[in-house]
Amino acid sequence: MATIVVQRPKLAWHERWFISTLYKGLKITFLHAKHTWWTLLQGKGEVTMQYPEEKWDAHLPDHYRGAPALVKDEQDRERCVSCQLCEFICPPRAITITPEEIPSTDKWAKVEKRPREFKIDMIRCIYCGMCEEVCPEQAIYLRKDYAITGTTRAEMVHDKKKLYEIGGVRIGLVNKWNELK
Amino acid sequence: MGSFLDSINLAFLIASAVKIVFFAFMVILPMVAYSVYLERRISAIIQDRVGPNRTGIPLTLLGFKKDSHIFGIGGLVQPLADGLKFLLKEDFTPAHVNKFYYWLAPAIVMVPALLTAAVIPFGSELDLSWLTKIGVDGAWLHKPIKLVIADLNVGPLFTFAIASLGVYGIVLAGWSSNSKYSFLGGVRSSSQMISYEIALGLSIVPVLMIFGDLNLSKITEYQDANGWLLFPAWGKGAPWENGWHFGRWALLVPVFISFIIFTVSMFAETNRAPFDLPECETELVAGYHTEYSSMKFALFFMGEYAAMIIGSGLAVTLFLGGWSIPFAPWLGLDYKAGATPAWLGLAHIACFLAKVVCFIVFFIWVRWTLPRFRYDLLMKLGWLVFFELALANVILTAALLMYFKI
Repeated sequence: MATIVVQRPKLAWHERWFISTLYKGLKITFLHAKHTWWTLLQGKGEVTMQYPEEKWDAHLPDHYRGAPALVKDEQDRERCVSCQLCEFICPPRAITITPEEIPSTDKWAKVEKRPREFKIDMIRCIYCGMCEEVCPEQAIYLRKDYAITGTTRAEMVHDKKKLYEIGGVRIGLVNKWNELK
Repeated sequence: MGSFLDSINLAFLIASAVKIVFFAFMVILPMVAYSVYLERRISAIIQDRVGPNRTGIPLTLLGFKKDSHIFGIGGLVQPLADGLKFLLKEDFTPAHVNKFYYWLAPAIVMVPALLTAAVIPFGSELDLSWLTKIGVDGAWLHKPIKLVIADLNVGPLFTFAIASLGVYGIVLAGWSSNSKYSFLGGVRSSSQMISYEIALGLSIVPVLMIFGDLNLSKITEYQDANGWLLFPAWGKGAPWENGWHFGRWALLVPVFISFIIFTVSMFAETNRAPFDLPECETELVAGYHTEYSSMKFALFFMGEYAAMIIGSGLAVTLFLGGWSIPFAPWLGLDYKAGATPAWLGLAHIACFLAKVVCFIVFFIWVRWTLPRFRYDLLMKLGWLVFFELALANVILTAALLMYFKI
C-alpha cells in the first residue's frame, strides 16, 4: 500500500512557540475589530443588514417563491374554479378547498364551480410551488411575501379573503411556462 | 459572654460588611454580567458582525413609542434580560443524576470565585471625614477605611488555596451528571488544573522574592511609591532617581517571564480559550455543564467570568501596580498613609477597575483569536515547559537579587 507522507510546513522556533504567530493572530483580529468598530461608529458602510428595518424585498429575484395566493382576473372574477388539483398535488396537504356551485342567477353561472372556502395552512406549506404549476386556470401564484407570522395556529391559516388580499388582480393570460414563472 | 461582645469591634464589622456588599455584589457581579456583554460585542466586531444592540429599557411596555437606549448605545440592558431569562427558564434535573452533588456543584464553582475577592485591594483607602460636615458623626469616621475586605498577610496564598477549590465544583458536576460528556469534561478540568496550579504558584515566587512580602495591599503600596513591577519608571525603580542603580530594570527579565507564565496559567485555570478543553463544544457538547440548565448553568457561567475577573485583579495587583496611578509621585497622586483625600481614594478605585477591564478585554481578544489547544500539547506545555521555566526563573531572580543587592 502506498504511503503518502504529509508535508508539514517547516516552522521557525518563534512560530512554534506561538510568539510571532500569536502576534500575527492578534493583529488580524484587532484590525477586523477596528474596521467594524469604525464602520459602526460612523453609521456608514455595511456591517450586517439590520433585519426588521432593512429587508431583502428590493433584491428578491423574479423567481422567488413566497406565500401562495389566489388572484382575480380583470373582470373581478375569481379565477379559481374549485377543481381541487392543487389540493391533491400539495405534498404537505396544506390546502383545503370547499367547493360550491355557482347559482344560475349569477353572471358567471357558466363557470359552474367556485370555492366557498379556500384555506392554506401556512404552518404546513413548504413553498414548493406545485399548486401554481398544476393550476389549469392560473388562479394560484406564489407571491414574494415571506414573513408569515402569527401568535396562534388559527392565525396561520390563510382563508379566502386573506389569499385574495395577498394575490390581488392578474390581468390577461399569464404565461406560466416562460423562463421566469 | 459580655466581655466577648465587648471585644467585637462593631465599626470594623460594619465596614467589612459594607465592603463585602460593595465589592462582591456591586462591583464583581455587575462586572460579570457586563463582561459577558463585552465578550459578545467584542467577538461580534472581531467577526465583522454587530452583536447585541437592541435591548434597551423597555418603555414600549409602558406605552411609549420607542425603547430607550442608555447613552445611545444599544444593548446595554442585555445582561439584565439574560439574567431574567435564566431565572425564568425551567430548572430541569435529569432523572439519571446524583441529585445531591448535582445541586451542590454550581455553588462550589461560584463561591470560591467570589471568595478570593476578599484579599484583592481594590483601592487604597477612603477618607470619610467629610461626612462629619453633613451631620454624620462618629469616632470611626476619622480613621480612613482600607479598601480591601480582608487585609491578610498571606494574600496570594489564600487566593490560590481558595481558587483551586473551584475544580471540585467542576469535577462534581462532571461526575454527578452521569453522562459521558460531562464526565470527560470534569476529568479534563481536574488534570488541567493540577498541571497549571504548580506553574501558577511557582510563577509568582520571584515576585514575592522581590517584594519580600505576601500582603497584597503592602505590595501595591510599594509599587505605588517605587514603580510597578512591569513598569519601574519612578521611585526606587527608576535608575535616575536612585543613583543609577539598574537593579529593578535587570529584574524585568524574570518578572516578564513570570508575567507570561502567570497569565497563560490563568487562562488555563479559568478554563478560557485557548485552554477551554473542559467545555470544548466541538468534542464534548458543553463539557461539565452539559446536563445543566437555567440558573444552575448560569452559576457555572458566572463562576467562570468571576474567576476571570479575580485572576485579572490578582495579575494587575502583582505586576501592574494594582490601584496605583502611573507616575503617581510625579503627579502628586500617590498614596499617603492615612492622609489620602477622598477624591484620590475614589480615583484609585477607578484606576484599579480600569486596569482590570483592560485585562478582561485582553482575555476576550485572545479567546476570539486562538484556536483550542490539543489536549496532549496542553499537558506538555504545563508540565514540560512552564514548570521548568518557572523553577529556573526563581533561581535567576535569586541570582539577580544577590548580584544587585536589592
